[in-house]
Amino acid sequence: MHVNFMKYKWVYFGISLAILIPGLLSLIFYGLRPSIDFTGGTLLEIQTPAKNFSEVAKNQNLELSSVQPSADNTYLLRFKTLDKDQNEKFKSALGPDLIEKRYESVGPIVGAEMTKKALLAVALASIAIVIYIAWSFRGVPKPYSSWKFGVSAVAALLHDALVVLGIFSLFGHFYHVEIDALFVTALLTVIGFSVHDTIVVFDRVRENLPKMYTKPFSEIVDFSLTETLVRSLNTSLTVILTLTALLLFGGETIRWFVVALLVGIISGTYSSIFNAAPLLVLWESHRPRSTS
Amino acid sequence: MRSYLIILTVILLAIVVNLPPRLQIGNLSLYRPRIDITLLGRRVYRDLSLKLGLDLSGGVHLAYQADTSALPESNRAAAVEATRANIERRINSLGVSEPIIQTSKTGSDYRLIVELAGISDINQATSLIGQTAQLEFRSTQVATPSSAADFVSTGLTGRDLQLAQVQFNGGQTAGQPVVSIEFSPEGTKKFAEITTKSIGKPLAIFLDDQLVTAPTVQSVISDGRAIISGNFTADEAKKLTIQLNAGALPIPIHIIEQRNIGATLGVESIHKSLLAAAVGLVVIWLFMLVNYGLKGLLANIALIVYILISLAIIKLIPITLTLAGIAGLILSIGMAVDANILIFERMKEELRWGRPLKAAVELGFHRAWTSVRDSNASSLITAGLLFWFGTGSVRGFALTLTVGILVSLFTSITVTRTLLRLVYAR
Repeated sequence: MHVNFMKYKWVYFGISLAILIPGLLSLIFYGLRPSIDFTGGTLLEIQTPAKNFSEVAKNQNLELSSVQPSADNTYLLRFKTLDKDQNEKFKSALGPDLIEKRYESVGPIVGAEMTKKALLAVALASIAIVIYIAWSFRGVPKPYSSWKFGVSAVAALLHDALVVLGIFSLFGHFYHVEIDALFVTALLTVIGFSVHDTIVVFDRVRENLPKMYTKPFSEIVDFSLTETLVRSLNTSLTVILTLTALLLFGGETIRWFVVALLVGIISGTYSSIFNAAPLLVLWESHRPRSTS
Repeated sequence: MRSYLIILTVILLAIVVNLPPRLQIGNLSLYRPRIDITLLGRRVYRDLSLKLGLDLSGGVHLAYQADTSALPESNRAAAVEATRANIERRINSLGVSEPIIQTSKTGSDYRLIVELAGISDINQATSLIGQTAQLEFRSTQVATPSSAADFVSTGLTGRDLQLAQVQFNGGQTAGQPVVSIEFSPEGTKKFAEITTKSIGKPLAIFLDDQLVTAPTVQSVISDGRAIISGNFTADEAKKLTIQLNAGALPIPIHIIEQRNIGATLGVESIHKSLLAAAVGLVVIWLFMLVNYGLKGLLANIALIVYILISLAIIKLIPITLTLAGIAGLILSIGMAVDANILIFERMKEELRWGRPLKAAVELGFHRAWTSVRDSNASSLITAGLLFWFGTGSVRGFALTLTVGILVSLFTSITVTRTLLRLVYAR
């Protein structure tokens, strides 16, 4: 007895596209909102009753790019550059009751390097995972190819990465959420976890292939999905529960980091069941059937 | 039997490492042990306290670019290392606990990274590190020199110094801080020669090409001692002695990144993270208990062991705990039970397929292994890349994640299996 998952594979792809396309359009038209980690610049977090930031900045010839208020008269100011002497001058002009909570200044070289390294890390992670899965699944009986398992897993992984990127592009546009080093960290963690779920399903397919070799491939996959559904959901649920605890109680500083992880892990659970497995079926069914 | 012993030893060690520094039981005070051994000629010292990153403890993070363009390729690494050592000497005199001063090479660029926990004044740190402190004595043949250009170099520099100290004047200018210097034997000889030639004329002391003072030489000084009396404040005099004692920086450096994190932000973050961790843990406990009953209870015990061991390893390596690192640790609580879920679900299946209970338990572990292995391997791959990609905070996250994955394999497999065998043996 099993659920006929594969019958609706086009519906699953449709749902994925419905989520992916707005994000992709946003990525194309709005792009991401990179933080000073990538662009270079200065971030100043101060607590002060003063409000005349732009005025003071203008008087002192400083390029103030944004002011973001938060609770208790605290403000997050972003400058193109603000060295420490300029910072002292700026703060003293704002008045005496001022507490500096954070001052971060990143040079443009450091930022450019970060961008390059982040892209490279995501690319390398994808390649390493294809190779690992192809190697680990090398025992799948002919005519199935372990490379197809690897590539399908990575397709699901890229799906998750794009969902997170797309949603954060929208967040960036509408809520001014920035992409920083922690976001890249979340993205890479999502990539690792996305494969986690996919492997649970693929591992069962691998086990069932020799047992059910007379059955069509799509039925073997359906059967494997039915068998592993509960554990796929449960393993994701435990992670989602801890992340929800972090989101609710973990504080402001890592909020968006946790949101990125949550979005990615929910997407990862969906994609391993509804994208990776159907993709494998689609791919295998396009292979000319051997006559034996 | 052997696995019981191994598990008990590991748990016991983990508990010892995780004890508070001092434990008061009635009249008895217990102190947490420290590790101080010499291993293969290297001293290993651990005080077994949690190292907090700058985002939690507050502090200053500085990155400098080293300008090595004037040096041949082969000498660059050594010059950068000498600069690092010099900066370390300067920082140590500040009395910051456990400063981090690292060099890194990106492409052909050399970087110096300085992290000072608990310091809130970024200016104090940058001025101390950035100043080159080139001390030079310059003589003149003009009786009343009118500008710095009237002086010529004598070849006597900061390199000839042995010691610089802050002293306070007596007499008319009582209480005025001055810097007394003592030359090395060679410097003493040079100084004697120079003072011989300059009797009755001014001898100038330049610091970083700025004229500090130009007293007139009254007599030959052969004991190798001199006083620099600028109009110093006590702080300035102290900073100057630090710089003079450390020597000049071998190569010029300039700042490319600076971050100053207030301590209040960190304390709030720690409290919130602890609450999140507690809530997360309780939710996972309930989840496992409701779904897997007795087996879930055993997995929950294994989860406590997991937290104990992970914290112990973080203290032992030691890994500097950042906010992202704590998030990684909390995340890993959710991931640690994953292997248990895979194994328990497999057991349910084996039971459904008609295996006897004991066989089902063993087969559950055995047959779930490939999926546990492969899914954790992919997480390890990404954690490794994260470590390579990141600096500071990101690396902390990658390391805690790696520790989490490896420890969870031990607790969710070895510990849980041992507990299950213990329970089902009856």
